[in-house]
Amino acid sequence: MAPRFESVQSVRDGLRKVNYLADDGIAGVAFLADRLGKPVLVEGPAGTGKTQLAKSIADMTGARLIRLQCYEGLDESKALYEWNYKKQLLRIQADRKSDSWSEIHDDIFGPDFLLTRPLLEAITADDPVVLLIDEVDRVEVETEALLLEILSEYQVSIPELGTITAKQVPLVFLTSNNTRELSEALKRRCLFLHVDYPDMDREKEIVLAKVEGISQNLADQIARIVRSIRQLDLKKAPSVSETLDWARTLVLLGIEHIEAEQAKETLHILLKYQTDIAKAAKELSVDK
Amino acid sequence: MLDLMSGFISELRNAGLPVSLTENLDAMEAIKHIPLENRDAFKYALGATLVKNNAHWRSFETVFEVYFSLRGPEYAIADDADAGDFWREMQEQLQSQDGDSRGAAGGAMDQMTPEEMIAMLMKALMAGDQALMRALARQAVQRFAGMEPGRPVGGTYYLYRTLRNLDLDSMLEKLMDASRDEVGGQLTPLEERLERDEHEHRIEQFKQEIEAEIRRRLVADRGAEAMAKTLRKPLPEDVEFMHASRDEMQGLKKALQPLTRKLAARLARKRKHERRGPLDFRSTVRHSLSYGGVPADPRFKYPRPAKPELMVVADISGSVAAFARFTLMLVYAIQGQFSKVRSFVFIDGIDEVTGFFKGTEDISEAIHKVNTEADVIWVDGHSDYGHAFEVFWEKYGRDVGPKTTVLLLGDARNNYHASQSWVIKEIRQKARHVYWLNPEPRSYWNTGDSIVGEYATHTDGVYECRNMRQLEAFVEKLA
Repeated sequence: MAPRFESVQSVRDGLRKVNYLADDGIAGVAFLADRLGKPVLVEGPAGTGKTQLAKSIADMTGARLIRLQCYEGLDESKALYEWNYKKQLLRIQADRKSDSWSEIHDDIFGPDFLLTRPLLEAITADDPVVLLIDEVDRVEVETEALLLEILSEYQVSIPELGTITAKQVPLVFLTSNNTRELSEALKRRCLFLHVDYPDMDREKEIVLAKVEGISQNLADQIARIVRSIRQLDLKKAPSVSETLDWARTLVLLGIEHIEAEQAKETLHILLKYQTDIAKAAKELSVDK
Repeated sequence: MLDLMSGFISELRNAGLPVSLTENLDAMEAIKHIPLENRDAFKYALGATLVKNNAHWRSFETVFEVYFSLRGPEYAIADDADAGDFWREMQEQLQSQDGDSRGAAGGAMDQMTPEEMIAMLMKALMAGDQALMRALARQAVQRFAGMEPGRPVGGTYYLYRTLRNLDLDSMLEKLMDASRDEVGGQLTPLEERLERDEHEHRIEQFKQEIEAEIRRRLVADRGAEAMAKTLRKPLPEDVEFMHASRDEMQGLKKALQPLTRKLAARLARKRKHERRGPLDFRSTVRHSLSYGGVPADPRFKYPRPAKPELMVVADISGSVAAFARFTLMLVYAIQGQFSKVRSFVFIDGIDEVTGFFKGTEDISEAIHKVNTEADVIWVDGHSDYGHAFEVFWEKYGRDVGPKTTVLLLGDARNNYHASQSWVIKEIRQKARHVYWLNPEPRSYWNTGDSIVGEYATHTDGVYECRNMRQLEAFVEKLA
């Protein structure tokens, strides 16, 4: 199969076109994922664009995004496949007299009676797809094992049907908020990408790209204030999405230049804990 | 290349990173697709395949810098001719930027006076000019560090020498002044703060450039293997509490938070997924009524282990303070797993500090209060376990009950005071468990004035807790 990406730089440019500003690490790993045919495990604090990365890659390559949202209690009938039990019953009742046992048996365990769930769908798809397995750290350790076959071999074994192998290797992204240690087996099969808060310049660019009608000057100031706030010892540092919300608010309020007063009044958009807000307000207004 | 890679990977393993064989193969495969001249891309390719835990990234980076610092044209240590070209180029760039009058000297950075150099550095920092900063870092190291081949001195010494000559501390003030001049007069407090952060950030960058330069030169002098060994940084979970540097402490603090979250999740799960108990006869019969008396739905008694009540008694005298701090942080971060947590700190007097943790969500601030406000000095401020325990028994002894687990933290270096180990014996008789955590390596126990052995006979176990890994393992067992 032909590689999707030409070079690291082309990944970067492509992502930029769909308004996702990748740094070297992100673009490099996405490039390698394609070349090596390996899934990418994306880890990092909440709100740094992990899910958005998968969406943007899909957008950029014109592929369909198939998303599996993980949660505690997810099992194979929701992630992989399920037999369409009702249809099977109907089939058996429809012609009671004619078919022999083996014929029906073969028949009701055929592809027609299979309900595909996200993972199987990604594998059997004819068109190019990007598979996003979101918040994989939420499933139990035992359920993780479900993913292993699909991640390393790109195939699904169904006891009644045999093994279904992928027609094409899809790009796979797994995201994790790191609430628990993922198993070694899973990590080993993936490329690892840690997405952290962007540095100041990149953040400024992101703000400029995503917020309409914002001036250079304001974006610069926002990025600098956010960086200062992130350096404080907070319960929850402001994420990129919160920065964007803040920027939009400021634009809506028609503020061109942030004064300490205005910053203080709109801090609750950036920070979500009262103690954090108090701390940041104190730090920003008091000259040390 | 193969040789280099295998050396690189074995060094990663030596540094404690778990690199498996398949990951190794992946890395080899990955670098086939990456243009080797692009050092950053190369680094990320290796990182993505070899490092699967963000906390390990720093260790990886160090090893990478050592092994691959001399590769790539712009990173080679330039001999004089090359350097001249480079400087000329820099100078020209500078000239085109702001028409500097000194440019005529042409490649004469070597002949600059230190004052000129500092002025230039300031300009670079003001403008945030990365390339110029790098060039200046090189020049500074060459000029001030006084590095000689084969000299058995660590990199920190050279770093110190270089920084002393550059006087970066006053640089910050100068830069602030310059910013003030730029806007003509006063900055608002907010702007002032932002400017300061900006300049601090740039100076930090410059320092890192200098460090990198020194490291490059050392590697060139001594070879990668030798340097990798001296520069090897332990992973955050392997850093010893008693010998952690300030940087490592910061790293530890950062590592603590995700760790406690994981620990809490694991403990909660453990509690939930407890195995089945014996048949609950009553419940089974009651549920059988809906099946016409057939016990179709057997019910079991699920064991509900009681959450332990915890009393932490910690020595916070100098040598073990860091350890006590981390244990308290860890315990309070997962206090949901205990029915009640009370904490006491002592040096030679003892004081209850539970109140500091009440009503505040900020654990590190509470810890700070513990260190500054707790009344722990009785006579001279040297550890006296005996007296502290005695007072503990007198004041709080009656609160120790059959559900209580008592945790004693300290190195048991008692300055040859009386041990009063009978207190521990009494406590053990009343409490559910008594554990002692010792941050010293096992081989140091019972040497000098350490009397941990004497206390140990009355406890349910003494555990060596030198690093995060051991501490975590112990806490998991406890809850």
